Amino acid sequence: MPRLELNPNFTDPDAFYAALTDAHRERSEAESERINARLILLLANHIGEQQVLEEALTLAAREVEEAR
Amino acid sequence: MPTTYKNPVYPYRRPSELDQPSPRHCPVVIVGAGPSGLTAAIDLAQQGIDSVLLDDNNTVSVGSRAICFAKRTLEIMDRLGCAQPMLDKGVTWQHGRVFFQEREVYDFNLLPEEGHRIPAFINLQQYYLEEYLVDRAEELKEHIDLRWLHKVTEVDAQPELTAITVSTQDGDYRLTCDYLLVADGANSKIRDQLGLESKGQIFQDRFLIADVIMKADFPTERWFWFDPPFHPNQSVLLHKQPDNVWRIDFQLGWDADPDEEKKEENIRPRVQQMLGADVEFELEWASVYTFRCRKMDDFIHNRVFFMGDAAHQVSPFGARGANGGAQGIDNLAWKLARVLKGEAPDALLETYNTERQHGAAENILNSTRATDFITPKSRVSRLFRDSVLELAEHHPFARSLVNSGRLSMPCRYEDSPLNADDDASFPEALRPGSPAKDAPIRLCGESAWLLNQLGNRFVLLLDARLPTGQAEVLAPELETLLGNQPDLDLLVLGPASRALSGLPRTTLIEDADGLVVERYGLTPGAGYLIRPDQHVTARWTDSRREAVEDAIDRALGRHLDPLSHNQGGRHATA
Repeated sequence: MPRLELNPNFTDPDAFYAALTDAHRERSEAESERINARLILLLANHIGEQQVLEEALTLAAREVEEAR
Repeated sequence: MPTTYKNPVYPYRRPSELDQPSPRHCPVVIVGAGPSGLTAAIDLAQQGIDSVLLDDNNTVSVGSRAICFAKRTLEIMDRLGCAQPMLDKGVTWQHGRVFFQEREVYDFNLLPEEGHRIPAFINLQQYYLEEYLVDRAEELKEHIDLRWLHKVTEVDAQPELTAITVSTQDGDYRLTCDYLLVADGANSKIRDQLGLESKGQIFQDRFLIADVIMKADFPTERWFWFDPPFHPNQSVLLHKQPDNVWRIDFQLGWDADPDEEKKEENIRPRVQQMLGADVEFELEWASVYTFRCRKMDDFIHNRVFFMGDAAHQVSPFGARGANGGAQGIDNLAWKLARVLKGEAPDALLETYNTERQHGAAENILNSTRATDFITPKSRVSRLFRDSVLELAEHHPFARSLVNSGRLSMPCRYEDSPLNADDDASFPEALRPGSPAKDAPIRLCGESAWLLNQLGNRFVLLLDARLPTGQAEVLAPELETLLGNQPDLDLLVLGPASRALSGLPRTTLIEDADGLVVERYGLTPGAGYLIRPDQHVTARWTDSRREAVEDAIDRALGRHLDPLSHNQGGRHATA
């Protein structure tokens, strides 16, 4: 069963981070939200594996949950 | 409003019980002659069980109501001898379009798999389905005592017996029965009267359904709009029914005034805007509804069995109401028939609840998911929904997420205690608990269908393409098996040795297009044991008599602990 990869896996981490922030530069909050939603859907399909996606969702929500 | 359908009026008959001092006892009384009640009476009748079927009205459904009947439902109807008029009258569509705001985002074509007698679904107004069921029930009137304008007013559910009071225009009478089957609809009065609940979610939304008659040709397609300009922020569904009638579902939102929305002068401009200014139509029927997804925690109370919408209710997206109901009856009737004939223990009936709780939960899950896609519950859900639709215009992957209702797929009783042996070499799709698949066959030199050879009784489908020597060894074993198991028929896939030709209750078939072997993964000597509801219950690469007999015992619940049935408090909480 594939697991969510939590070790470094980027081919170019700095370039990715720059591209991510560039995508949101000078956007309204509404525009940024739309970009993020589209991005999540595109990446989720690329990953595909339901178990990995659920692990990522759980991990993403955990600290938000704990902060409540 | 014009009409394309005239509701039949069925005759009231004065019941002879009015003149008798003590209540008559019947094995089975069914309340509600809608799709579920009628299906139950017919299924029981075909298995030799008499029933009294009571309805407080004297006609079929008023208005089109359920309109999409899935393949599995029609296969059940075919087993009950009434699918043909439904197939003849129903329409089927393959082509659909999805719109988002001003644009068509994509279209799709559902190409059906070849080699099945029944299409993936048909669209047919509920009143036709009910009418054909009534016709079939009339043919079986030796077993079905169908009483129109007989209203059940009181139910006394005891652990071993149920007594009911029935009210007619000529007065009240009482009946007692071994089993009471309740199919009196989503707002079941009997459920309320017995203090039982159907629990779940009410969706904060209203829908307007309108049936319109098109004056000219209009394509046979299903159109679904998200947030269209003619009905902002809501969804609209258009699809075709027989008689040139089109069903339009408008989502209205929770704040809408149902009485206002139902008025023709309010419906007409909206429909006109949607179809285009030059399309001429007439409004036939309109209704506003809210819906719920809910079910009872237990479909059985003492000897009262809840079925159809009385037991479980879903949102209309995905057509799982009437379809789920039919599968429930399919599951219950054969069990009840065998318990009544003394061929199976009472504990078998408990599996109606376990197997169909699973089915109902699956239907509720699917229809809730569709509802959540159509009506997003938060700003961010809405954002994701709209993003999916935007992406769907250009990228096929996003189309898989668009959910305007998933076609009702048959339920698989995967973890059923009735299932027996399996073998990993067989196809996954037909593992025990699965409904059998159809395939074209040759029967006495004629074209026929596999599913028409299954059902109502246990059937062992045996691949008998064996060398003569092996067939000669097998023949006496099979003869013993059939002798020991009067509820079993044998379906032999040939060409088979003559040694197997003299067996009793045996039908010889050949694989017309190789699809039986392909779909069932058969090899010579392999066998599938199929329940009276056409669900696979066990399968073997090498079918041995003892294993088949054990599997039949298991499917009849003979291994189930009769105590566990009681310990659950079923009888104690009378």
